Amino acid sequence: MQMALFAYFGGAVVLSALFVVYFRNPIYSAMSLLAMFMHIAGLYVILEAEFLAGVQLLVYAGAILVLYLFVVMLLNVQSRGRFLQRQTPLVAVIGIFAAVDVIALLLHTRFYPELPAIPHPGVPTLGNSETIGMVLYTQYLFPFEIASLVLLIALVGAIVLAKGKLKYR
Amino acid sequence: MVPLSWYVALSSFLFLIGLVGVLIRRNIVIVLLCIEIMLNAVNINFVAFSKYQHVIDAQIFVFFVITVAAAEVAIGLGIIIAIFRLRETINIDEFNILKL
Repeated sequence: MQMALFAYFGGAVVLSALFVVYFRNPIYSAMSLLAMFMHIAGLYVILEAEFLAGVQLLVYAGAILVLYLFVVMLLNVQSRGRFLQRQTPLVAVIGIFAAVDVIALLLHTRFYPELPAIPHPGVPTLGNSETIGMVLYTQYLFPFEIASLVLLIALVGAIVLAKGKLKYR
Repeated sequence: MVPLSWYVALSSFLFLIGLVGVLIRRNIVIVLLCIEIMLNAVNINFVAFSKYQHVIDAQIFVFFVITVAAAEVAIGLGIIIAIFRLRETINIDEFNILKL
């Protein structure tokens, strides 16, 4: 059962990622990316990370993708001419090298059926969200505050970049 | 139970697709989308290892990665809009403002 779910979600993720690269129209690419995010959320549910599945749907599919769609529609550029870059032969060499690398690694991997379960005594038997909340607000409190600072700087920077036209011209 | 290696294989394929997309596409919005694909590949790896090793810290790392991705998207799209006002194009091949 779990194997079938993994096959479905993994196959859909890889297929929609290929479509993101393949489509010429940016709107189609963004929609394929939406499908990819949703299926990755399904993978998180299989992996018993329900909180991250919710965050993935809210932040990636809800916020980031809408931002992309806004910008694509705002720019409204018709894709004309070639759609690949100019240095494509060099890039093809690099891409084929990376693909051969990954495939060789996978061929040399022994696909172990199952890792032995490692008991973790420190973590109490709580739900996923409770455990993440406990660890995030005690052990990782300082990085959490830094993350909020990063978001604040990104907010200010995005406003300055998107609206500072009159000052710089 | 799905073996851990399968998740690693899936994530490496996904990272490869994102890398090739960043390298070959001309539209800079698609390049940013491919960067998101690579970030998600790393996130799948984190969550898979988090389950199989029974360590919750990896999921918190994924949380921070999502935060950084949101910041990166906001800044990157702001830069794209600023360059588009200046050059009227979104092809990376024509972004050579620094060598005016």
